[in-house]
Amino acid sequence: MSGREFFLDHSRCIGCQACVQACGECDTHRGASMIHLETIERLDSVQTAPQVCMHCEDPICAQVCPADAIKKTPDGVVQSSLKPRCIACSNCVVACPFGVPKYMAEFEQMMKCDMCYDRSSVGKKPMCATVCPSGALTYTTMEDIQRTRRGIPVNSWRFGEEEVKTKVFVMVPRAVEQVHVDLIQIAPTPAALPVDPYDVALMLEV
Amino acid sequence: MSAEIEDNTQCKDCSGTPRYRQDFPIDWEGDHYVSRREMVKFLTLGSVLLTVANWVTVFARGLIRKDSSAVQRLGPVSDLARQGSMLFRYPTAQDPCIAVRTPRGNLVAYSQVCTHLSCAVVYDKSTDQLVCPCHRGVFSVDQGAPIAGPPTRPLAKVRIEQRGDHIFATGMEV
Repeated sequence: MSGREFFLDHSRCIGCQACVQACGECDTHRGASMIHLETIERLDSVQTAPQVCMHCEDPICAQVCPADAIKKTPDGVVQSSLKPRCIACSNCVVACPFGVPKYMAEFEQMMKCDMCYDRSSVGKKPMCATVCPSGALTYTTMEDIQRTRRGIPVNSWRFGEEEVKTKVFVMVPRAVEQVHVDLIQIAPTPAALPVDPYDVALMLEV
Repeated sequence: MSAEIEDNTQCKDCSGTPRYRQDFPIDWEGDHYVSRREMVKFLTLGSVLLTVANWVTVFARGLIRKDSSAVQRLGPVSDLARQGSMLFRYPTAQDPCIAVRTPRGNLVAYSQVCTHLSCAVVYDKSTDQLVCPCHRGVFSVDQGAPIAGPPTRPLAKVRIEQRGDHIFATGMEV
């Protein structure tokens, strides 16, 4: 892999959608874009955040796959489901803590970011990192990222009780050693929830 | 409870990897190893199956011969007039056969099923031949060999013998 790693810097995203377009041109899944470009707090902000597959060291999507369809290559890249095996059950879609796998109804198969394996396996940058104008998606060496950025790269996550190590790094402030994503609500859903001010559907009604 | 479940799924030698993961590994190379192993297993079992099937074929063929060599009384010799023929069913009721007394006095019998398209052959006294009326196939009466018309294979021969005043079929010649 030529010593280069994938770095994700959500704060740099300008929401230009270049990565979304480039992703759809990747030869491993031509015509279907696998990257997620999330809108954060739409009511107050135009901030967006890209989400590629983080390529977990112990991929939960593959662990929960009942059809043995998701495989990890020796260089740590978790691939899309194998077409002959995938039964389109969406277990992986539900299980992924990053919400990465997509159930593609037209192919009856789960597909996800595979770090443009045709490119990154021969030392080229993934499509999204090639086009990102602001460096939110970067594919470079660890030395280079430490020299050019203020934050530090972290690939350790904590979801409630679950620790997850990923191949892809995320840029965080220097004080942070591990990204904590705590569950906001684990109790049963109360009958009357407070109205979510960021619910897009509600915004459209107003 | 969770500790018990863990104990059931862990194997002793593979340090924390559940046993089923050996057959369904997540990593690419492990999966290819399993595919190769399955391939070798398939080839081995396939070879064994073919070998067994060969022996079964040999054995079953012996059984068929045994059945077809059952002795069956066809009738008195007088029924088969000189240069005449007689129809019978042998070895089962679905296998029509024809017995012929040749002008030279030999007693021969063949399956009546023409080897061309399975019409019934008949004995033609005037030419001393077995003739298939459908496509003018002709068989020699001595050997059952095709001598004219579309058939290319000889008629199946029935072993036949005379015991006293009666004729018996004693088996098919394979």
